[in-house]
Order: sequence, then C-alpha cells, then structure tokens
Amino acid sequence: MKSESLRGYSLLSPTLLAMVLGLAMPLVVLITLSFWIQDYLDFIRTFSLKNYTDFFQKPIYIKILFKSIRMSGLVTIATVLLAYPMAYFIAFRVKHNKLVWLILITVPFWTSYLLRVFAWKIMLGYNGVINSGLLSLGILSEPLEFLLYNPTSVVITLAHAWAAFAILPIYVSLEKIDRSLLEASRDLGENVFMTFMRVTLPLSLPGVIAASLLVFIPTVGDYVTPALVGGPRGIMIGNIIQSMFGKALNWPLGAAISVMSMITVTLMVCLFIWGTHNFRKRVA
Amino acid sequence: MSQDPIISFQNVSKSFGEVKAVDGANFEINRGEFFALLGPSGCGKTTLLRMVAGFETPNSGEVYIDGQPMSATPPNHRPVNMVFQNYAIFPHMDVRGNIAFGMRKSGLSKSELDKRIDETLELIKLQGYGKRGADELSGGQRQRVALARALIKHPKVLLLDEPLGALDKKLREQMQIELRQLQQQVGITFLFVTHDQEEALTLSDRIAVMTEGHVKEIASPAQLYENPKSRFVADFIGSMNFFQGEVIDLNNKQLSISTDVLGEISVPASDSDYASKSPVWVAIRPEKLQPVFSAPDDSSNVIEGEIGPSAYLGDRSHFYVHIEKREEPVLVALQNLERSSDLHRNPFQKVWLKWSNASLVVLPRN
Ligand SMILES: Nc1ncnc2c1ncn2[C@@H]1O[C@H](COP(=O)(O)OP(=O)(O)O)[C@@H](O)[C@H]1O
Ligand SMILES: [Mg+2]
Repeated sequence: MKSESLRGYSLLSPTLLAMVLGLAMPLVVLITLSFWIQDYLDFIRTFSLKNYTDFFQKPIYIKILFKSIRMSGLVTIATVLLAYPMAYFIAFRVKHNKLVWLILITVPFWTSYLLRVFAWKIMLGYNGVINSGLLSLGILSEPLEFLLYNPTSVVITLAHAWAAFAILPIYVSLEKIDRSLLEASRDLGENVFMTFMRVTLPLSLPGVIAASLLVFIPTVGDYVTPALVGGPRGIMIGNIIQSMFGKALNWPLGAAISVMSMITVTLMVCLFIWGTHNFRKRVA
Repeated sequence: MSQDPIISFQNVSKSFGEVKAVDGANFEINRGEFFALLGPSGCGKTTLLRMVAGFETPNSGEVYIDGQPMSATPPNHRPVNMVFQNYAIFPHMDVRGNIAFGMRKSGLSKSELDKRIDETLELIKLQGYGKRGADELSGGQRQRVALARALIKHPKVLLLDEPLGALDKKLREQMQIELRQLQQQVGITFLFVTHDQEEALTLSDRIAVMTEGHVKEIASPAQLYENPKSRFVADFIGSMNFFQGEVIDLNNKQLSISTDVLGEISVPASDSDYASKSPVWVAIRPEKLQPVFSAPDDSSNVIEGEIGPSAYLGDRSHFYVHIEKREEPVLVALQNLERSSDLHRNPFQKVWLKWSNASLVVLPRN
C-alpha cells in the first residue's frame, strides 16, 4: 500500500514539480506581494491591507474589473453562439473527412495571436478593409468610426481569436451523443427543434461549459487585444494590472488587483457552473 | 384472428447505394398480432422496421399504418413507437423522465401523468425505480424502461428491434415470457425483429422469414417448422436433413418420389403439384428419425448407418449417422428420457433409422 502510493507520487512528481514551480509558487509570491507596499523602487515588507483598501475605495478598479467581466461574458456568448453551429455542422452533417474540417478550423490559429489582432485592426480601421470596401461600393460616404477602438472591436477580435477553443470541446460533446437518442426523441413525438432542445442541447452542455470556461477565463485578463484595438474606452483589467507592473510602478497594488480579479473570476465560474447544472436538472 | 391489417407493405423497396436492403416487401400485419421478422444478420429486418417508424424512406412502394399511407408522415407523427436495439435510454434523465418523455403533449395534468407513470412502472415491474438514473440500471431494466417509454404512448404498433439480443440466456428466456404476457395484457400489435429462430418461434403468432431483402415465407411458427415451403426456410428454422429426389409420378393424391438414400417413397401430395421428373428435396427433422440399435424386422422405411460424432445437450443428444452412398452424415436427435450418464453412443456402432412418411417434407429443388 505504502510503496504503491509512493510509486504513484513518483510517477506524478514531474507534473507535481512543474505545477508547484509554475503555478503555486508564483501565486504565493503574488499574494505575498499584494500585502506589501511600494516605496519608490523598493517594497515595505510588512503586512498591510492598504492595496486592498485602495482597490475598494477607488471606484475605477472595480468598475474596470466589472467592465472586463462584462466584455468577456459577451465574448464568451458570441464565441459559443458562433462555435455551436459550426461544431454541430461538423458533428452531424459532415459525413466524411471530419478530421480535415477540424484541421481547417484550426488553420487561422497557426499564425501568431498578435498577427490576428493586427489583422482585425486592418479590417476594422478608419482606412480599413470594411470601411474602404463600403466606401468603394458607394454604400458609405465617409468611413465609419465606431468600428475600431471601442469595447465592440475588442469583443469581435477576441471572439474570433478564441473560436477554435470553443468549437473543439462542443464538437467532442456533440460527436459523443448516441444518434439513436435523437431518433428515440423523434419516435416519442418530438420534432427536430424540440429534439434539439430536449436531447442534443442538454447532452452537449458539458462541451458548452468547457468552451465557455476556456474562453471566459483567459479573456478576462487579456491585455494585448484591448491595448491594440480597444482604444481608451476598450481597456480591461489586464491593462490596469500591466501598467501597475510597468509605468505606474506599483507592483503590490498590481498584485492585489490580480488577486481580486482572480477571486471574482472564480466566483463567476462557480455561479456559471451552478446555473448550468440547474438548467440541466430543469430539462430532466 | 380477424383479417384486419394494421400495417400493410405494398411493394416496398429500399436500397443503400448498391445494396438492396429490402426488395419488394408485400405483406400485411394484423391488428393485435405478435409478428416477427426473422432472418440472418444483414437481411434487411432493421431497414424494414425503420421504414415503419419513419427513419428510412422507401425508394418505391408505400407503407400503410391503419390504412393511412405514411410516406409524407415524419416519425414524430406516426402512431407507432419503437424499442431500440440499444434501448436508447436518455442518459440525462431518470427513469420517470424517460418514461414521461413522450407525454409532453398528452394534455394530462401533472397528477394524472404521475399516475400513468406509476401504472406503467408497475406494468413493467419497476416500481420504486423511478428516481434511478439511466446509468444505474442493468441491461434488463434498461429494456423495461425502453418498453415503458413506448407503451405509455399507447401506440397502434410497438416496434422492437432485437430487444432481447443484449441479454444473457436466462434473462432472455424470462423476458420472452414477460413480453408475450405484456402483449396480451395491453393488446397492442407487436412487430418484432430477431435473428434468433427459437425466439421467433416462442413469441410470435406469425413469422416472416427474410433473406437478402426478400420475404421468403410468412406463416405461423408450427407451419414454418413442420411445413416449410422452401429449402432456405426449412434450413434456417431448426435443423433439417435433406435428401435429393425426383418425382416419379402423381396419382390418387399420392406423390411417388425416388430418392438417393431413402429409396422410393410415397407421400401425400400437398397443394403444390409437381410435374413428373421434377427435382425435389425430401427433408426430415432430426427428431423425427427414430434410431434403433438392432436390425428391425420390418425393413421398409429404414436406413442403415454407422454412428459418427455426437453431442450431449442435457435434455437430448445429437448424433451424426454416416450412411453409405451419402457424403453428408444424417443428423439425429434423441430425447434423453432415462437418467443415465452414459448416453453417448459408441462411434462406429451400427444403427437403423426409421421414419414415417408423414414426417417427410417435399420441397422444390433447382
Ligand atoms: N444506413 C445504411 N447505409 C448503408 N447501408 C445500410 C444502411 N442500413 C443498412 N444498410 C445495409 O442494408 C442491409 C440490411 O441491413 P439491416 O436492415 O440493418 O439488416 P438486419 O437488421 O437484418 O441485420 C445490410 O447489407 C446493411 O449493410
Ligand atoms: Mg438489425
């Protein structure tokens, strides 16, 4: 028994080591840092709650944190809504060469993330593809300004950037559904739409949940996309944290904001999982 | 049974690419009948059943349910329900949820529906299992839930695709009895697919024997067993010994046939008439050959042979008998009426097989 568990741990140890070094350690450092105070170029290394009181007293941080969550929520909804039909199509309509379709979906993701964000900048810009296209067609007389440098452009860019991460888990969960369940539903009197609502959708929920989390969690903290296409109105909590560790030179406050946004994201995720769980129960 | 068709196939054919899965099915199933589609794997049974349910569309011909042509009716509007081969129990619902699935539009109040579900659970002997999840059920229980889910809708026909195939032998035999009782209890027409001839014989009022997309013969179990109309059916249902023969002549309603091994025989001519010289099979079931182990006095209707390999099956023994001039041994089945542990016959022992001409079946040979 003992030697067996020992063997288990030794098998795990490289992973365990990597987890401790790569995840737990930085977290400990970050949390410790968040209780210190910046003193010009140095830290005052005594326990203090100042950063947290700052966080709660200056409304800007909470406001931007919630704006980030709202934007990521929108990104998540948009991504899942776009990804679901795509995954559904591949799982149920494509008969041959599904693998080719799946690889084709990932093709845009072979280029760098930055390039894709820049591509959207070119698409949405004042002299961008959309504006010049519409101008040359005579649909517009002057370029649209609301396309770029606002929260919407951030949402569009992020939704595109994360699409593959949503399509794949949804596809897997749809592919796993036994086709005879859909026939059973038809047989028991439900039409195509109700079969989708009562069988396909609830059975693919694990994939939808996975997709949502895969998109939501990383996009809340994203700072590249808002920095490049968001403009002043499109900044997110990631940009604030980045500036705290950079220009603003207040690492402890940056750490505290990071910790708070982590806690908030965790709470949101719990709320989300609890909600979908209830939805499943209601359907059943 | 009244001749009142609930399902009628009219020249129904269905191909998948090159494969003719069902080829010109043309028969009727009567109201209240327990009807089996029997045939080897791949002969088109499931395809035929799925055309009744509406999951496949015939390439030609028409399926009628209770007099109505069905080609324009989607599965959800057909008055039939199906028990799927793998049962297709909804994994995200408990037993009650599964049974209630098809009752959304029934117009019953919550309490009426609960009562109906309770009654159905009782019908299939799963009282107290309502809250079980789909993954907490055994194979037999899943099958019961699949039955209940379909029966609660009071379909005009219940379609069952090899419903007992996944169960072990004991459970299968028990379920056969229960299925038969259930059918009599609810009075619904059962259309049942199986490749197991014993199961079809046990359960059905009538059986359609299929092969390669064709319906070969439709008859009652006893008719199919005792009076098959083709070599395929005779061979597929039970075991049969075939002897080559040729009609000598037909008079006084007696058919005289010369055979390779049985000599010249005379059997009552059935309704099918054979011309003189037409080639036939003369067939006899293994249990209708009576072995004796010393030379009989009367040498008519007897063939002599030597015992070959044998198999002890508990209630009976099978053994092969080698006959001179015949390559294929003859199969004989003998009831083990006396209690003895030494029922294997000695190989090479001489044996005489007696038969009665009334047991012989004459089939066309071509
Ligand atoms: N969806 C399908 N696509 C292609 N061929 C099929 C399909 N369904 C059945 N077949 C073919 O049709 C024939 C009959 O199949 P089936 O009705 O399932 O036979 P059974 O139920 O008697 O075993 C088989 O040769 C099978 O391969
Ligand atoms: Mg089949």
